[in-house]
Amino acid sequence: MTPYLPSLLGGMLIGLSAAMLLLLNGRIAGISGIVGRLTQGANVSTNLPFVAGLALGPIVFLFAFGHWPDVQITAGWPLIVVAGLLVGFGSRMGSGCTSGHGVLGLARLSPRSAVAVATFLTTGVVSVAMMRGAGL
Amino acid sequence: MTRQLLQTVAALVSGTVFGFGLALSGMLDPTRVQGFLDIFGAWDPSLVFVLGGAVLVAFMGIQIMDRMARPTFDDTFHVPAKREIDAPLVIGSALFGLGWGIGGFCPGPAIASLSVGLGQSFLFVAAMLVGMTIHDRMWSRRGR
Repeated sequence: MTPYLPSLLGGMLIGLSAAMLLLLNGRIAGISGIVGRLTQGANVSTNLPFVAGLALGPIVFLFAFGHWPDVQITAGWPLIVVAGLLVGFGSRMGSGCTSGHGVLGLARLSPRSAVAVATFLTTGVVSVAMMRGAGL
Repeated sequence: MTRQLLQTVAALVSGTVFGFGLALSGMLDPTRVQGFLDIFGAWDPSLVFVLGGAVLVAFMGIQIMDRMARPTFDDTFHVPAKREIDAPLVIGSALFGLGWGIGGFCPGPAIASLSVGLGQSFLFVAAMLVGMTIHDRMWSRRGR
């Protein structure tokens, strides 16, 4: 259970953050939506501080635990670029990502989000399996 | 404080809690995310607890929302009303999942990881912003 406890607590904090943004500002904490609207210059006074807070979170972690959270990226730069393009384009086309569809959509029992989550989990599993198969 | 300022503070605090939660949960680490998606290999189930914990608490938030006339610092709740399951939802989610598996990053962790300072995080976020812009400025405006 021990290795799963930080995961569970971290997940609950993500849920708490989503509930706060919804109950205080009436907004969905969907990261692709917030970032996408920010790049279009919409609601900068709330979208920018939210995104800044996201990046502030690991710094709070550093002060709390005395070390940075683990970030290990094994993909080489061409794959990183392909992955970033797909994540950016796909999350905007599908109207959401792991947060908007995965956390809030499932919490709202939205059929659209259920379909989105089932779809991206499936293609995520397929792409990791293909990469493993290709020795990447 | 004006309502605008209260909204800004609420967004900053909420974003910080989100980023800290990501860091604590292990979601910030692409290797772990790929381990979670690697169900045919050495599967790491820990991210089930991340999603489970997040959905559970968000669900309680939704129950509170249903009993509120309006959010504390705004006049209406801005929640998506669309119900139909259409091609862009499925195709977009499929493309997103492919990229998520290849890079191990989804948008939240990618942005949060910028403060750790790895060049690969910056490259991913730059490509992601290009992908978003290609969609929002070009693809979704075809024929308009």
